[in-house]
Amino acid sequence: MTSQSEIVKTTTRTRRAQGNNSARSRFNRLITYLLLIATSLCFLVPFAWLILSALKSSDEIFVFPPVWLPKHWEWGNFAKALTTLPFGRYALNSILIAAANVVGNVLSCAFVAYGFARFRFPGRRILFMVMLATMMIPNQVLLVPQFILFHDLGWLNTFLPLTVPAFFGSAFYVFLLRQFFMTIPTELEEAAKIDGAGSLRIFFTVILPLIKPALMAVAIFSFQGAWNDFLAPLIYLNDPSKYTLQLGLSQFQGTFHTEWNLIMAATVVVALPMLIIFFAAQRYFIEGITMTGTKG
Amino acid sequence: MKQKEALLGYAFISPWLIGFVVLTLGPLIASLYLGFTQYNLLSSPKLVGFENYVHIFHDHNFWQSLYVTFYYAIFSVPLDLIVALFLAMMLNQKVRFLRWFRTIYYLPAVLPPVAVAILWNWILNPQYGILNRFLGFLHLPQPQWLVTPQWTVPSFIVMSIWGVGTWMITFLAGLQDVPLSLYEAAVIDGASTWKKFWHVTLPMISPVLFFNLVMGIIGAFSYFTQAFVMGAGYGGQGAGISNSGLFYALNIYIQGFSNLNMGYACALAWVLFFIVLVLTLLVFKSSSLWVYYGGEKE
Repeated sequence: MTSQSEIVKTTTRTRRAQGNNSARSRFNRLITYLLLIATSLCFLVPFAWLILSALKSSDEIFVFPPVWLPKHWEWGNFAKALTTLPFGRYALNSILIAAANVVGNVLSCAFVAYGFARFRFPGRRILFMVMLATMMIPNQVLLVPQFILFHDLGWLNTFLPLTVPAFFGSAFYVFLLRQFFMTIPTELEEAAKIDGAGSLRIFFTVILPLIKPALMAVAIFSFQGAWNDFLAPLIYLNDPSKYTLQLGLSQFQGTFHTEWNLIMAATVVVALPMLIIFFAAQRYFIEGITMTGTKG
Repeated sequence: MKQKEALLGYAFISPWLIGFVVLTLGPLIASLYLGFTQYNLLSSPKLVGFENYVHIFHDHNFWQSLYVTFYYAIFSVPLDLIVALFLAMMLNQKVRFLRWFRTIYYLPAVLPPVAVAILWNWILNPQYGILNRFLGFLHLPQPQWLVTPQWTVPSFIVMSIWGVGTWMITFLAGLQDVPLSLYEAAVIDGASTWKKFWHVTLPMISPVLFFNLVMGIIGAFSYFTQAFVMGAGYGGQGAGISNSGLFYALNIYIQGFSNLNMGYACALAWVLFFIVLVLTLLVFKSSSLWVYYGGEKE
């Protein structure tokens, strides 16, 4: 009896609490939306400022106090910015380097990740730990000796230092792909083996197609990494005809440091491809990050 | 059979194994050796013992770069983590347009760092930039951002918040993995919002926090591109006005590639390695106290 009345009492109490909660939660939701809108505006304003600045005239860019909308929309700024430096050449160089990085990373990392995920061999655990530990080495430690290595190989001022390393795997992507391989049941390979397929054939025809989304994520991250890279092109390339877009843009800033409208126009052009890729392949960016961040 | 499997395993991992020996282990040993030499790339390295390391401690630029880097790391890493977690927690509620908000917060993180740095150079322009215009509108003080030494590092810290998108997504993924039953149980126990956050959310996402913290520390100590590009507008070699933006990695670059002191640059890099190692070890050691791995044990 007592226990029953206790139950009744608790349920009414919970109900009442829920009633209060729904009024409170509606208020909370309102606050949440206001905060979301305010913060997302803060994240968007720099983009708007970038584009509007790129469309102002040289006089208007230095009006004090600053104005938001240009009086005359100077679309010609883009043409002016792009023709003063050979941006077409830089874009081509960037595309070549990024494409080589995508191919290299996807191939080599898939191989290595599969090796770590599926085969037993002496030292496997230690080697895997060593590989993960290499992520902790600040790249500045390897910068000078790698530069000397490529210098001695006669690779300076070529794209080789910027592309060849991608064919030797990268710890981050190997880790990401290994996580995916681990989720594939081994029965698949065993069945293929019974049918008489060799390891390479199984790898290419059975396993790789199953992890396509992960391969896409690696492809996109390595494209982004190579496209956005600045330090490596800065130290390895010194012939302006070999410059990448990032080097070109930073040089542009130095040369035209007072013409902010042209600098902003050039910045829009260099940032645009990444934005387009991001909108086209958002899913893979987010899946890739989600995989690396949580499933330790 | 076993031997064949082992051979196949080695064959599959061979790209990394070769790359590791040639591109990581070899250079690591080489840089340890070069740290004890004087080397300008043109003549062969000359052994000088501990001279480089002794010189580091008398080098004003070393202390300046250490100060700048620590200043930046101490503020930007926790601040970015808090902002990222805050945004992720808002998005973890049942909000509409989640995809849009998530996209907006993540967008800046995909842009090329050079483009971001140049854009912020303009945003932070004390006179014509949008940030001071906004601060003026709110009747707040308008700092002379990159133009005065004491405002240089804060400029970089402010800018870093704009790029928290990647961390926000890892947090969001972690939050979405927290079982709802835990919150329901906490509500029945009468837990307040704050208590739910402290006793349920935080422990459950502590592995993500740990991951982000370690990567954040390494990132802050390798901070280069933005420092180089933004500082270039204000004084020589990208170090900003009176070296106020001389980040550690920038100092290594200047010593190695502008001054061609390759040996000294290697010694500087090893000191950096040691600092990062100590910091990450501290985080790892402390992690048993605050990182909670639910059922994830092997």
